[in-house]
Amino acid sequence: MFESFIGKTSPKVKNVIERGSVKKFALAIGDPHPLYIDEEYGKKSRYGNNIAPPTFPRSLEYGEIEGMELPKKGLIHGEQTYHYTRPLLVGEEVYCYTKLHDYYEKEGRSGKMGFIVLDRCGDDRDGRQIFSSRAVLIITETVRKAMMA
Amino acid sequence: MKSLSGLERGQSLEEVTLEPVTRLDLIKYAGASGDFNPIHTIDEEAAKAGLPGIIAHGMWTMGNLAKLFTPYYEEGFIQDYTVRFTGMVFLNDVLTLQAEVEEKSEQSIVFNVSAINQNGKTVVKGKVKFRLYG
Repeated sequence: MFESFIGKTSPKVKNVIERGSVKKFALAIGDPHPLYIDEEYGKKSRYGNNIAPPTFPRSLEYGEIEGMELPKKGLIHGEQTYHYTRPLLVGEEVYCYTKLHDYYEKEGRSGKMGFIVLDRCGDDRDGRQIFSSRAVLIITETVRKAMMA
Repeated sequence: MKSLSGLERGQSLEEVTLEPVTRLDLIKYAGASGDFNPIHTIDEEAAKAGLPGIIAHGMWTMGNLAKLFTPYYEEGFIQDYTVRFTGMVFLNDVLTLQAEVEEKSEQSIVFNVSAINQNGKTVVKGKVKFRLYG
């Protein structure tokens, strides 16, 4: 049902790595390390700045692939990867986009399941990649049927 | 300052056991991440989805697991972080976070990482490749 969107990307969306958002995120994952939240500590670190936790890109905006709508409910998160060329710095601008890497269906115990392989990436202002990520999201038969209806 | 460079294959980072999972943990994560899927916060929605109770965001557990490496960011950074979500995490579950060296080179250290619940079930399993600045 998503086959026709494979390879399609969203337009890039500018995100700013906001100090307050990073702090809130670090606290929410129980990791209030001063490298994330203490400005002075960040300045003295090798990064000369605070950085964001590696899973922080979950909170960024990636735009929409035109015409593609994921179900709001019933998706199961199966796998997740992140790849970094360097940590994200607090205050920097990141240009984010999403791409449907793949979609396939498999027979499972509870009927046919759909597997959405979704990439979400962030580049710097010169177009150099800072991070890429890939999520495998599973749609169960029930949700798939509801969407087709 | 703690250091990773002295670790050998088969050795582990000191494991961390989290406080029991609370609803407020998941409400905070929903707010911080923007993932407001209600199966993580609202009992009725979890029940409608056929679950015995609300479950933690997989990304909450993945986020927690990465904190084993935060103290070492002067030495390097997480270059690759891959996990599979192998089990659900419910309210009051007590998770233990582990990381063991699988492979080591001059440039990087690869760890097997996992989050295990109070019954010994692995709920998140994966790998971290920690790139050393050298």
